[in-house]
Amino acid sequence: MPATKTTSKQKKSAAAAAADSMHLNSGLKSDELLRLYSYMVQMREFEDSILRLYQQGKIVGGAYSGHGNEATAVGSAFALTKDDYLFPMHRDMGAHIVKGQSVLNLMLQHLGRDTSLTRGRDGTGHYSDPKLKIYGNISHLGAMVPVACGAALASKMRNERAVAMTYIGDGGASIGEVHEALCMASVMKLPLILIIENNQFAYSTPTSKQFIVDKLSKRAIGYGIPGITVDGTDVMEVYRVAKEAVARGRKGDGPTIIESVTMRMHGHAAHDNAWYVPKQLFAEWRKKDPIARFETLLMSEGVLSSAKRDSMREGIVDELESAMKTALERPYPGGEEAAKGVFQE
Amino acid sequence: MSRSITYIEAISEGLREELKRDPSVFLLGEDIGAYGGAFKVTKGFTEEFGEERIIDTVLGEAAIIGAASGAALVGMRPVAEMQFSDFVTNGFNQLVNITGKYHYRNFVPIPLVIRLPSGGGIKGGPFHSTNPEAWFFHAPGLKLVAPSTPYDAKGLIKAAIRDPNPVLYFEHKFLYRHSKGEVPEQEYTVEIGKADCKRQGSDISVITYGTGVHWALEAAERLEQEGTSVEVIDLRTLLPLDTRSILDSVKKTGKVLIVHEDTLTGGIGGEIAAIVSEHAFSNLDAPIRRVAALDTPVPYAPTLEEYFLPNTEKVYKALKSLAEY
Repeated sequence: MPATKTTSKQKKSAAAAAADSMHLNSGLKSDELLRLYSYMVQMREFEDSILRLYQQGKIVGGAYSGHGNEATAVGSAFALTKDDYLFPMHRDMGAHIVKGQSVLNLMLQHLGRDTSLTRGRDGTGHYSDPKLKIYGNISHLGAMVPVACGAALASKMRNERAVAMTYIGDGGASIGEVHEALCMASVMKLPLILIIENNQFAYSTPTSKQFIVDKLSKRAIGYGIPGITVDGTDVMEVYRVAKEAVARGRKGDGPTIIESVTMRMHGHAAHDNAWYVPKQLFAEWRKKDPIARFETLLMSEGVLSSAKRDSMREGIVDELESAMKTALERPYPGGEEAAKGVFQE
Repeated sequence: MSRSITYIEAISEGLREELKRDPSVFLLGEDIGAYGGAFKVTKGFTEEFGEERIIDTVLGEAAIIGAASGAALVGMRPVAEMQFSDFVTNGFNQLVNITGKYHYRNFVPIPLVIRLPSGGGIKGGPFHSTNPEAWFFHAPGLKLVAPSTPYDAKGLIKAAIRDPNPVLYFEHKFLYRHSKGEVPEQEYTVEIGKADCKRQGSDISVITYGTGVHWALEAAERLEQEGTSVEVIDLRTLLPLDTRSILDSVKKTGKVLIVHEDTLTGGIGGEIAAIVSEHAFSNLDAPIRRVAALDTPVPYAPTLEEYFLPNTEKVYKALKSLAEY
């Protein structure tokens, strides 16, 4: 049944909502809650490392961060199994990690080294790892949505009951390929889940210049599929709606659009200081930081202690430092490698 | 054993055989199911293979090509039909940025075939007559094939489906029912990347493909009677180009005419001319010549289209001038 609803508590002010809107009502066990938390911390620590490497001139291209998107990336991918297909976007490092990607591989990718998954041919999350069923995005946003549709089609043809989950932003949602893919997925009842990361800005363009509908999830009405808007800073809420969408997909009930509302807390990429974002807006959203919110809740509910938090963070940072050291020791690929591999022989 | 069938029948037969051989092969496109496709290439396929494998899609070339890429990435072997090759422009981003760049970036096979009913001579006007191969000739990672005969049409569609790489299969609409020829009943494929000498000769080489092969063969027949021996090299595969076959022929004859139905400027003929001048300059006894369509959109009125397109007469005249050079 086509439906558009708001599951977040956005009617309250963001600041007030941040303090009291989260509950441990997700049905998740405490070890799962801790994993969600850990993945989000891992994503942020990883991206902070990348930004530091960028500032040191060790990232030769662009560097993107998903600050503010941790709950969306992690909560959505947490609803998948190893058999599902993940088509993440550039602010979804946490989704890669949830799906099983090592921080070493992600580090090698960002650094363009010889043993990276693309052997230096591409950077960032632009890679494919079929073993983990991760198919990274390309820079042309929206272009992977039809491709994810094809994986969902293959899953349906082979009765795999696996879903394909992919992502787009509030800007990328304007791209025609997204519309074509949703038309196809809806009539064919494909197990496709499209997460629209509404993070308020497409590069420097605010949502007011991108669309005039109040919720992007309402676009689902036009396709006759469920569309849900969720508080993208609440990892359990994101997980809950993603899990429902996954269940619909597995049952053969077709695609779902999930609009996850959050804030891009950094510029478009590391070179961009986001001067065009009103400071007040950052201040309001900072109160809803997805990791801090979840951490406060877990501590107040006794799931997480400060000692446990510190040891988790230490483990994450140690792993990262070691991955970074290993990756930085790898050379760039030999120049002559550039000529190889256009076709599979 | 062989029998004479049309070019379009040869394509259908090749598709049928591959659908029977490999359960991961499936077809998708607009109106290809019950309707049988705009040109009836897939007539009767739904009855034979079911609508799960002969998929009528929404109208959206990016969705079709993208879905084909996605299915190919996860182990299927899709064959997507563009209703007319002209409409591939709607899926251009998919082909050049995702499909073509996939293996190079990821070392993951992406085995899909896009069928592109191409070409003029059918009074289709500016949007139903294009020969779009040169756009993709410049985009790394896509193999391009363009058969001229029923034998090659069948052998190449089968080879394209079995190839681990994306293959754009340019099938010529005028040849669908105008080209008839012997096709074996037994199993065979035509190797991608290999040109075919359609006529041996010693004075001039014609390097061509698609409809150009037929014009060249007719013109060669006339010149034979006038004492000039013309060799016709049918490229069959446009990428990767069989440069060895091109150069071997040119070195034998010393004179080259390049013929294609696509427009002249930026056409594949320019690249062939460059290859010949780089690698066989000292063998040339005359300037390299080209016959191609005008650098305009394909016009609609019969008089305009006839003026626009190459034909046997234009090829004959170019060969004649080369013979006299």
